[in-house]
Amino acid sequence: MSLFYHIGKYFLLLNRVFSIPEKHNVYYKETLKEIQKQGINSMGIVAIISVFMGAVITIQTAYNTENPLLPTYLIGLGARDAILLEFSSTIVALILAGKIGSNIASEIGTMRVTEQIDALEIMGVNSASYLILPKVVGSVIFAPFLTLLSMIVGISGGWVAGTAAGVVTTENYIYGIQYAFNPYYITYSLIKITVFVFLITTISSYHGYNTSGGSLEVGKASTKAVVHSSIFILLFNLILTQLLLS
Amino acid sequence: MIEVKDISKSFENTKVLNEVNVLFEKGKTNLIIGQSGSGKTVLLKSIVGLHQVDKGQIIFDNIVFNELNFKDKKEMRKQIGMLFQGGALFDSSSVEENVRYPLDMFTNLSLSDKQDRVNECLKRVNLINANKFYPAEISGGMQKRVAIARAIALNPKYLFCDEPNSGLDPQTAILIDNLIKEITEEYNMTTIVNTHDMNSVMEIGDKVVFIYKGEKWWEGTKEGIFDTENNELNNFIFASTLSRKIKDLKKGG
Ligand SMILES: Nc1ncnc2c1ncn2[C@@H]1O[C@H](COP(=O)(O)OP(=O)(O)OP(=O)(O)O)[C@@H](O)[C@H]1O
Ligand SMILES: [Mg+2]
Repeated sequence: MSLFYHIGKYFLLLNRVFSIPEKHNVYYKETLKEIQKQGINSMGIVAIISVFMGAVITIQTAYNTENPLLPTYLIGLGARDAILLEFSSTIVALILAGKIGSNIASEIGTMRVTEQIDALEIMGVNSASYLILPKVVGSVIFAPFLTLLSMIVGISGGWVAGTAAGVVTTENYIYGIQYAFNPYYITYSLIKITVFVFLITTISSYHGYNTSGGSLEVGKASTKAVVHSSIFILLFNLILTQLLLS
Repeated sequence: MIEVKDISKSFENTKVLNEVNVLFEKGKTNLIIGQSGSGKTVLLKSIVGLHQVDKGQIIFDNIVFNELNFKDKKEMRKQIGMLFQGGALFDSSSVEENVRYPLDMFTNLSLSDKQDRVNECLKRVNLINANKFYPAEISGGMQKRVAIARAIALNPKYLFCDEPNSGLDPQTAILIDNLIKEITEEYNMTTIVNTHDMNSVMEIGDKVVFIYKGEKWWEGTKEGIFDTENNELNNFIFASTLSRKIKDLKKGG
């Protein structure tokens, strides 16, 4: 029952978030700030995760295709598909759930418990829209760039690791990543990350906005934000894959 | 003038306010006093509409505020300034950005006009040269001043203060209290202040309402408060050893 209660409350909140803003330039400025805070500031962690992910996938693929009958360009192809289809969207989203999710929930939660949200409401500001909309829009706009970054860095990481470990030559790796390339994989990943980031930002905002109590509850809200975002990412990963790839 | 008629408020199963009736007067500082947990904050937040009351009416100068539709309520809110128990300044904005915030959101003034208004408000609360500081970088007393400046930025008709001097030393507390009283008289606002500080009552209490366990137990003026026969109020007033000593001295003399 409590699940339905929360889902209902979540949609009511979204309804307030997506009402028409009255001061466009204020929202515009806030959105730019959020692009910086949630997007640009996540590039570092996404790049680091991706380079190691690409490296490990390449070496694992090499290990799994050790059979001499299989050409080594399959390593590049396998790594490419794994990165494009799954890692640059789903894994990156899970990382972002940790970073952006906890950030948003604790920021909004702190504003709630220190009565800053009440202060906004009393002035007549739609606090839900003012606080949440720029975060959702800023993050959703920037997320595809993070995925593209992850793809490039991940595939490069695979190349470095693969050649350094001596499991594949540069020519074969490059031939592999070009072989039977399907650009739709990229579209599929970009659609997924957009949905995932929308889920992360709205679920985390929901938990932050509905915090009550003190700093302990802010911590709890932040944990719930990460856990629930991750669960919904995995659930929607399944749904979207079924819808988009089958 | 704000009239509170028969309001009750419960959270889940606990009744916090029970049929409260009060008239808060214009141009005066109206105080709500009572013990911690008696329901002062809930009463104040119910009056301004941050809590939805279960029953009763809240009337702001002939307008039944709690029965307005969403849009009219929003319009009314622009005439309300509020000071929260913890200050509630926006931590990620500087002092001047905090005070400018309502102007940014609700006026179409040019930046220099807004800046002038910000400086005027900050000067009114005796806070100069603090414009660029962040809330975490200034003292509690200064934070309260910034919060007052922000609350009066749009020239409100109604001012609400939830324990404006909690956490301050007695001298600063009196300064803040007097500031609120002066501003109230200057702009002819209807001001309601929550407090549990008897010093505030003596300094600024034009009208005093005593809340006990969510009910209005007593109302009157600061002059009348010491003559009351009301037991709970007497316990509240003479809670400290110091005040009991003074009372005994008075009786003896
Ligand atoms: N949002 C809420 N949900 C449930 N109960 C609440 C809520 N807000 C307040 N209460 C309860 O209402 C009662 C009155 O609280 P209130 O904050 O009004 O006290 P107060 O008089 O302002 O005390 P203090 O002087 O400590 O600020 C308390 O028992 C509190 O637990
Ligand atoms: Mg209180």
